[in-house]
Amino acid sequence: MMDGLTPALFSAAQLPEGQPVNLSRRGVLGAALGALVLGVALPRGAARAQAAAPAVQPGTRIPAFLEIRQDGSVLLKSPFIEGGQGVDTAMAQIVGEELDADPARFVVECAPPGPDYALVNGRRITGGSFSVRSAYPAMRQLGARARAMLVQAAATRLGVPAAELTTEPGKVVHAASGRSLDYGALAAEAAALPVPETAPLRAERDFRYIGKPVARLDVRAKSTGRAMYSIDVTVEGMLQAAVQHAPRLGMEPGAFANEAEVKAMPGVHSIQRLPGAVAVLADRWWRARRAVETLQVGWTPPAADARNVMPADFSSAAHHAVLAAATGPGNPAEVEGDTAAALRSATRTIEAVYDAPFLAHGQLEPPSATARWNADGTLDLWLPNQAPEMFQAVAARVAGIAPEQVKIHSPLLGGFFGRHFLYDSANPFPQAIQLAKEVGRPVKLIWTREEEFLRDALRPMGLARFRAGIGPDGMPVALEAEAVGEGPIGRWFGTAPGKADPSAVEGIAEKPYAIPNRRVVQVPLRHPPIISFWRSVGHSMNDFFYEAFLDEVAEAGGQDPYQLRLRLLAEKPRHKALLEAVGELSGGWKRGPYDAADGTKRARGVAMASPFGSEVATIAEVSLKDGAVVVHDVWVAVDPGRMVNPAIIEAQVNSAVALGLSSALLEEVVYVDGVPQARNFDNYPILTPERMPRVHVRIVESGAPMGGIGEPGLPGVPPAVVNAVAALTGQRVRSLPLAKTRLGAV
Amino acid sequence: MELNINGTTRSVEAEADTPLLWVLRDELGMTGTKYGCGVAQCGACTVLVDGQATRSCVTPVESVAGMAITTIEAVEQDPVGRRVVEAWVAAQAPQCGYCQSGQVMAATSLLKQTPHPSDEDIAAAMTNLCRCGTYNAIAAAVRQAAAQG
Repeated sequence: MMDGLTPALFSAAQLPEGQPVNLSRRGVLGAALGALVLGVALPRGAARAQAAAPAVQPGTRIPAFLEIRQDGSVLLKSPFIEGGQGVDTAMAQIVGEELDADPARFVVECAPPGPDYALVNGRRITGGSFSVRSAYPAMRQLGARARAMLVQAAATRLGVPAAELTTEPGKVVHAASGRSLDYGALAAEAAALPVPETAPLRAERDFRYIGKPVARLDVRAKSTGRAMYSIDVTVEGMLQAAVQHAPRLGMEPGAFANEAEVKAMPGVHSIQRLPGAVAVLADRWWRARRAVETLQVGWTPPAADARNVMPADFSSAAHHAVLAAATGPGNPAEVEGDTAAALRSATRTIEAVYDAPFLAHGQLEPPSATARWNADGTLDLWLPNQAPEMFQAVAARVAGIAPEQVKIHSPLLGGFFGRHFLYDSANPFPQAIQLAKEVGRPVKLIWTREEEFLRDALRPMGLARFRAGIGPDGMPVALEAEAVGEGPIGRWFGTAPGKADPSAVEGIAEKPYAIPNRRVVQVPLRHPPIISFWRSVGHSMNDFFYEAFLDEVAEAGGQDPYQLRLRLLAEKPRHKALLEAVGELSGGWKRGPYDAADGTKRARGVAMASPFGSEVATIAEVSLKDGAVVVHDVWVAVDPGRMVNPAIIEAQVNSAVALGLSSALLEEVVYVDGVPQARNFDNYPILTPERMPRVHVRIVESGAPMGGIGEPGLPGVPPAVVNAVAALTGQRVRSLPLAKTRLGAV
Repeated sequence: MELNINGTTRSVEAEADTPLLWVLRDELGMTGTKYGCGVAQCGACTVLVDGQATRSCVTPVESVAGMAITTIEAVEQDPVGRRVVEAWVAAQAPQCGYCQSGQVMAATSLLKQTPHPSDEDIAAAMTNLCRCGTYNAIAAAVRQAAAQG
């Protein structure tokens, strides 16, 4: 995606006008470079027939993934979508390790929809911190098999047994005769060979790329403005569109008060009605935007049968009260022992209620979609997405055509954090499809930042009630928790009756602590807004609830919160080692308050989390300035089991710390009368550079099964900060963001 | 209307109050400069106008006619800009990358005016938002670019 050829993907300028065209990278590159390609050895008809067969085992067909070009560069068609998490580089490392090709010679792009790429539990998504850990075995095997084919091709060419051949990055070597052949010169012959069933994998001790801080492939393009995102797509003959959404979901456009005036504005092509919105199409986007914002629309109330109606009286404050009033029994997520009995016999019981607000994604690239209907009835779509096949299926339904007639292009994401899954009214592409059909021309639609704040799918509000019993030795004997609300898994994929939605309880259920009696339930309650996945999902708030309450448990039992955690993890060596690692990383645990060299009084808080298959321990140091929290340092020990790129892990932890801190300190989507009060970053502050703490990362490779990396750094941050604030001020903040609470001077 | 962009005179047809950002992106096809918020909050649209970091999303195009506009597309033609880009690459600063054009332009403006900035100077000049939280890497890259100047 990062080479100078990228614009070919985005510009139809060189293609004959009015022709249905295949703009896929394969078509363009194949024609342009005469690349010798492992991939295009399959005739298109055969490829289609195979794609239709149910027998495709994802991750096995080399041609779907790899093209080795004459110049030795490698095009890798990735199952995943790069959005800053470094997955393109990680895939190049893994395949390159086994192919014996330098990752720096890779060009990685997102593969089109197809059964080959369903490597995440039988699906294809970029999310859940699943990518590397899900694809790791298949990508290694893929690289190894491609290497075996290149070796076999070289054996034939050189007339020597394959066993006499070795490889060095990018070439096959025959040491005995001092001859070598570059991969690029062998690709065509290799492509004609059968794909071996298996191929030997490299010994881990010989890894040169996996486990190393390999430089990211996309950094130079992203430092020089050459990286291309959905919003940068240009298609010949396109109109540009801007929309004005109904102030509340469910309302529909009625009469226009100044239609003639708007139609007469510069560059305006037409005004179009859409479900729940109006659009203006124009030759330039700014003209479309200005016109659509000038248009005075009478909005009609929701129809009786409208779905997803935002109530006119909805407010986030009132909804918080609804959550607080909702009572159990709820659906069990974790039940161990007899909490009722243990609470009765406890020396002391404590209770607390925690909550966290709705959040916006605030990814910096506003959503867009470009739609082009082709003369053969197919549809090309360029759009930000985290799941090409799922978007393809919905786009086909919207367009009234078959899924294979929809060509999905997945450019780089300008941030995602969960924003670009299918969220019904929160995705612009159905509007773009409809507009392009209506006007018979390609249409590029961009939502303004204001429309994005109006229609973003939100991180759910959450509330949790806790009760703990403490024994005579100060140790907790029982913990009960009720998580009230719903999570995005339940909303978008459903939850079995009587079962807890895992995304509503993760971070509260199945914590590693040895509390003998535990009961965690979800009290289901539907949120009126459209809800979504947001970086670290339920963990983004639930670990805050639990870990802050655990500090209250420590305090009630007369214990230091770090020491209590160590004791509760005595039988969990992986967790205990990680907690000790973060303590050491921070220079030895000290809670405070204490005086820092700069004259401020500071304190520290600690928290642990077990998100997405990884383990994380976090310590934060805070002081107060003018009643607001200053976070100076955050120390994170992360155990992903095994790692592919330590530099990317460190970058992802930095990033997760920033977003976690942003949510802890600042962020809150407030609804009043059914509309969000903030429509841009001026009223929805996010973390600024001046608030960014130093971040110290230690990666612990415990050897456990590989876990995720994109999200796990986040959940420990809010509780570590809030626990530090409690240590500093004695004030127990149970409701985020911290900016709502005026904190007293020490 | 004529604009001086990256040392070249470009003729554009746009309403006088059209933001420079959209003239660059739509009229001239220079998509390296990004739209993030449209209200001068995030800085993704930062360009240089007579060397000064300027948020082009709120800059009417007529107000910069005749002035020297530099965009990310030409940043490496400037010795300071080139140094900034190399420091960005060395620090592996970008993640999603969407804000980084603006960050690089803000850093270039800073170092052209203040070749050896203090940490306070960096904090005062580098105010663009980054949702990926690359702030520490950005600050390190600015210091490195300054050290090599």
